[in-house]
Amino acid sequence: MELLTTLWIQRYMVVSVLLFCIGAFSLVFNPNLIKKLIGFDLMDNAIYLMLTSAGYIDGRIAPIVTDFSAAPSAEHFVNPIPAGLVLTGIVVSVSVTAFALALVVRIYQKYHTVYLDVIMASMKKEVD
Amino acid sequence: MLPLYYHVPFFSIVLLMMTGILTSIIHSGKGAMAFHLTMSAFVCGANLWLLSILAPEGECFTYAAGILPHPWGNELAAGPLQAALAAAFAAVMFLCVLGGSREIFEDVEAEKQNLYFVMCDLILASLMAMVYTNDGFTAYVFIEINTIAACALVMAKDTGPTLVATIRYLMMSLLGSGMFLLGLTFTYYITGHLLLINIHEQMEQIIASGTYLIPVTVIMGLMTMGMCLKSALFPFHTWLPDAHGTATTSSSAILSGLVLKGYIVLLLKVIFCLFGEANYRAFHGGDILLAFGFAAMVVGSVRAMGETHIKRMIAYSSVAQIGYIYLGLGLGGRAAAAAAVYQILVHAFTKPLLFLCAGQLAAASGHRKQMYYLRGAGHRARLAGIGFTIGALSMIGLPLLGGFAVKFFLADAALASGWRMWLALAALAISSVLNALYYLPAVVQIWTIREHGEDDLPKLPRFSPGFAAAIAIVALAACSILLGIFCAPLGKLLSDGVALL
Repeated sequence: MELLTTLWIQRYMVVSVLLFCIGAFSLVFNPNLIKKLIGFDLMDNAIYLMLTSAGYIDGRIAPIVTDFSAAPSAEHFVNPIPAGLVLTGIVVSVSVTAFALALVVRIYQKYHTVYLDVIMASMKKEVD
Repeated sequence: MLPLYYHVPFFSIVLLMMTGILTSIIHSGKGAMAFHLTMSAFVCGANLWLLSILAPEGECFTYAAGILPHPWGNELAAGPLQAALAAAFAAVMFLCVLGGSREIFEDVEAEKQNLYFVMCDLILASLMAMVYTNDGFTAYVFIEINTIAACALVMAKDTGPTLVATIRYLMMSLLGSGMFLLGLTFTYYITGHLLLINIHEQMEQIIASGTYLIPVTVIMGLMTMGMCLKSALFPFHTWLPDAHGTATTSSSAILSGLVLKGYIVLLLKVIFCLFGEANYRAFHGGDILLAFGFAAMVVGSVRAMGETHIKRMIAYSSVAQIGYIYLGLGLGGRAAAAAAVYQILVHAFTKPLLFLCAGQLAAASGHRKQMYYLRGAGHRARLAGIGFTIGALSMIGLPLLGGFAVKFFLADAALASGWRMWLALAALAISSVLNALYYLPAVVQIWTIREHGEDDLPKLPRFSPGFAAAIAIVALAACSILLGIFCAPLGKLLSDGVALL
């Protein structure tokens, strides 16, 4: 029971780690290059989910000051830093994904397949 | 008002990023190269100047890169070690591009040549950032910039094998940076900080209090493994020979000499600035690095012995040389870490020398890279032959060359480390013999005169290295020798620098 409670409290982290593992597994072991990249995105998004949840505090609002009459107190707001990190991270992973997809297109034009094992086999044939 | 030299680290990074952006609108490849060379020479000079100020007093400082004050803002940290590494990286980048310029213009399509230099600018900028940054997330962002730029350098040749090598390299790299990011996220979860120095304070408290020991272990594992994946430590080296062996000469030199080192410098900072060296050792992180470093030294050399393709052989030798660095990190203590950094410098100068010379020797043998065709290549391309010989002898560890200094420092540091001494000394002995077993036959092969009618090879003319490549080869060879001769003062400089981390 205690374990279940802990898991429930840490639910974002549990889900993130599961997603990360699925993504990493697919990145390493799936022979399909497109699926590898999907795995990579899943992996990164899992981390962003975890970062976002790290900054979220129940019952608090986004750190945007609307009432200027009183001095704003940090007590009302969630932690904005993880959100900033996630935004930066999303930019990074978008550019990496774009680059990798362009590379896959190029490889498809050369080898007419997106399966890495087939490509490796045909490369070996070229050498022989 | 801050003194002028405080701005050197920040402006090195920003200047190179701006250079990259501006280079993308220069259409001529030659112009782009001239711009890149000017900027990297300038950055190298600026960092040497910074080193000359910081080294005598052993001074180090932090620089707020933005308007927010200490615990919130982004920070750079500079000391003699960082300045020395930054200056060396800029110098090696300059020489790699200069030395391989002819091949770049042959291998890369004419209208894309300026983009090649954009990637070189970005790699150097991200290396500077990894050396100087004091902020975990900034380090992650620059890791990714470095990854993309390095992959672009591999695929610059745009042939089938380079594309496949690139995608394999990219996949490994993405896994590595993903692990680093996950480790950083866990760190943020349990410490609430991103600046290495604040994380370190919290880490000390957490470890002393005995809570969160499992997360700390996981963080250590993730960050270490991420960086090991990206710096091709055995058994994660499988992508390296393809990526480094098939790319154009400059790319191979830059990837082996610089890109791998950036991640190791970052790991050094993670060990010393984020966890604290004693904590890292308490969790047996050092012993794991030591074991894998040992394995890399042996396996890399054994695989290199089986290679007949000269560039792939040199690439496998990189796997072994990276093993030396990890052996130094794993032994623990300031002297061993300084030896590891010394190996970073020596390898950064020697490996590009070998790649540039191998490229020239192959070009002098009708662009064939198999050992068989390279017979007598040293007589056709004298300078490249001499350069290759110096590089190879340095890798084997002949006294007065850089490689010997590293082995001496590592052995010296090992003497103070108990049972690890035997492992380290055995690794050094085995690896030296193995290095000699594949580098000496290569050297003999390139200097063996071919008798007429002895084989079916056509008679090849003398090869002219070109002025730029000649300068690069002479400079890199000179640096390899200087690193061997002046090892005492340089070793002291690095050892003091490590103490200030």
